[in-house]
Amino acid sequence: MANEKIYDRINEQSPWQDITEGNKIFEAATSKDFCTGEWRTATPVWSAEKCKQCLLCTPVCPDSSIPVNAGKRGDFDYDHCKGCGICAKVCPFGAISMREGK
Amino acid sequence: MAIRERLSGNEAVAYAIRQVDPDVMPAFPITPSTEIPQYVANYIANGEIDTEFIHVESEHSAMSATVGASAAGARAVTATSSCGMALMWEELYVAASNRLPIVLALVNRALSGPININADHSDSMGARDSGWIQIYAESNQEVYDNYIQAFPIAEDKRVHLPVMVCQDGFITSHGVENILLVEDDKVKDFVGEYEPDHYLLNASERMAVGPYAVSNYYMETKRAQRQAMINAREVILEVADRFERMTGRRYGFFEEYRMEDAEYAVVIIGSAAGTCKAAVDEIRNTTGKRVGLIKIRVFRPFPEEEIAKALSGVKAAAVMDRSEMFAAAGGPLGAEVRAALYQAHGTAEVVNYFYGLGGRDITVSDFKAVYDRLETIARTHIITDMYEYIGLRSAQTKEV
Amino acid sequence: MEKTTYNFKEVMSKPERLAPGHRMCAGCGGTITVRTVLRALEEGDRAVIGNATGCLEVSSFMYPYTAYEDSYIHNAFENAGATLSGVETAYHVLRKKGKIRDNFKFITFGGDGGTYDIGFQSLSGAMERGHDMVYVCYDNGAYMNTGTQRSSATPQYADTTTTPAGKVSAGKVQIRKDLAAIMAEHHIPYVGQSTFTSNFKDLYTKAQKAIYTPGAAFLNVLSPCPRGWGYDPSEMMNICKLAVDTCYWPMFEVIEGRWILNYEPKNKLPVEDFLRPQRRFKHLFKKENEELIGRFQEEIDKQWEELRNKCN
Repeated sequence: MANEKIYDRINEQSPWQDITEGNKIFEAATSKDFCTGEWRTATPVWSAEKCKQCLLCTPVCPDSSIPVNAGKRGDFDYDHCKGCGICAKVCPFGAISMREGK
Repeated sequence: MAIRERLSGNEAVAYAIRQVDPDVMPAFPITPSTEIPQYVANYIANGEIDTEFIHVESEHSAMSATVGASAAGARAVTATSSCGMALMWEELYVAASNRLPIVLALVNRALSGPININADHSDSMGARDSGWIQIYAESNQEVYDNYIQAFPIAEDKRVHLPVMVCQDGFITSHGVENILLVEDDKVKDFVGEYEPDHYLLNASERMAVGPYAVSNYYMETKRAQRQAMINAREVILEVADRFERMTGRRYGFFEEYRMEDAEYAVVIIGSAAGTCKAAVDEIRNTTGKRVGLIKIRVFRPFPEEEIAKALSGVKAAAVMDRSEMFAAAGGPLGAEVRAALYQAHGTAEVVNYFYGLGGRDITVSDFKAVYDRLETIARTHIITDMYEYIGLRSAQTKEV
Repeated sequence: MEKTTYNFKEVMSKPERLAPGHRMCAGCGGTITVRTVLRALEEGDRAVIGNATGCLEVSSFMYPYTAYEDSYIHNAFENAGATLSGVETAYHVLRKKGKIRDNFKFITFGGDGGTYDIGFQSLSGAMERGHDMVYVCYDNGAYMNTGTQRSSATPQYADTTTTPAGKVSAGKVQIRKDLAAIMAEHHIPYVGQSTFTSNFKDLYTKAQKAIYTPGAAFLNVLSPCPRGWGYDPSEMMNICKLAVDTCYWPMFEVIEGRWILNYEPKNKLPVEDFLRPQRRFKHLFKKENEELIGRFQEEIDKQWEELRNKCN
């Protein structure tokens, strides 16, 4: 099912019969279903106009939250961005600013 | 047609490894199991098997690498004794909780201190809570047969638990006895190919092994592990049936030796059972007293109901422990057998002996004295000492 | 392996192999290391990722959430080296038997705790046996997962919870262990020491070499920890730059036993510049500890000279 999340199948209310054998997970990247964006106390804002697509922000994100496609970055993945602000500091063009709150 | 040979227990296990031809064997030497990896290294050096040997730098790494290889999809085995097992203790739990069908050849040797290289069961008994299936042997024949059976038991989908195949250090591991070996192709057929559904090197699936899990998951995981151990009971007997059809040799959870009409019984694990059988025969032949022996083969899972049933007709029983539990009470086998009897409202009077610690010898006379005592206990209903040591030198007349 | 020019945009367009949603702290250096190293894998290659217990492991595989696009195994704290040795050997055998046809690479990650200290033996064994694998240490200079206790990777004078600065203590007594040099002495084909630079060329190309050089490889990557070091998380790249420009953290390679210095700062900064922004060195700036900064500088200068000589 396309929209089914991992926590619909396995969660802290699951009976023992539903726990996977040996707590092994038989698929990739199920962490995508967990919303770490909830953690933010500051939020990066991307200005597409100021952005020169230098991509210097993209490798510094600890949370893989700046998507890159064919050499161009897109807007932040706010489901997962934790608001650390490293990207804002490295942008040479002032295209990323931090605002308070989520 | 079985092959007649004369082999030590270590040679027999190594021979079985050759026949199974596992994919990976990480191993580190420790007396008295060292010969097993040595023989395997020789088979490899002469191109007889495709097994890859990993010369790990400690037993902890031996089990770690075995866990890695098994999770990756390989049939992985290792061998150890005593402190080597103690060093891999943490990993035993990981192997079992990760549900990996690893087979460990354990050559039982006393744990330090003092350092002692001789047989006792403190190493495997110390690991009895780790979630491993434990199968013990009286002789080289039994350890060979058990080793072959270990693979279909471990790899069965209802089980997926690691198995330790135990034998007494030096006594069977180095003692040469006659043995009947199964032909190579029959062994290959019996163990089959290892074909896991999930493994790290699977092209069509990703797998993650070994998470951190919060309290809300832990208990459910352990319950599932418990179920695997419960399922193992059935699987062990199924595999034993298949083995009997192949070889004519019959195995179960334990052997009942002359127990049909026994009034007095000894319950024991390992090679000393052979000595006890000699005592049983002698007593029966000379006095006609109805004595018998239960030799435990499968200690994990613990066949609680079956043991209680086997002892149900008995007036008095002596449970023999080849390791101390330092409970200031009984030993591991003693505690579990007595619990089983209690559970079944058993009426036998039971005493618990410690014997053979650090390789201390036990004789036919020692066993005869035990049966004498059981007769006295049954007659008087007085047990002055629940726990006794056999063959202990003491300055006091009354011990323990 | 062939030297190809580093095309930053092309490299950054590669599919991400560390998914978001892991529980590492905001601004964590460890995950930046993992992202960069995994990015060096060729797209058609599968990988099995190993991991010692530590920040990364508990945060990146918390049941049922795995942050890895590849297969992954965590075993225990001290055995990342041994565990992946087993996986790699299994690959070798199963490949030989024709049971597996894909190309797999083997990369295991450990923090400095699980690598320099408790995992040292298992790392040494794996490297010595020459398994075709990479061990990557994300070195954040202390046992961070358990709350910042000192490790043998902790710099001298750092304040940690087991070497706190106090009335009669100036923090950690010993200088940090040079693990990269120890690994080089295992005579493995590739050792690299790196950290984060603005376009990540150094770490990426080292990761590429480590992964694609047959045999055992070791990468030591300074991965700053905002919580443990005490700096504003957003300052990550600046902290790395200071580490490198003060020569606290030299970037070098040892290729087939030949030492190569990858970066010599045009303007070598005093180590004070690296220490000042970090709370863990705050006590060194008290009047009575002035001399210690001098000693730190002497040690850095000595090691820098020794390194330059080795690399000539």
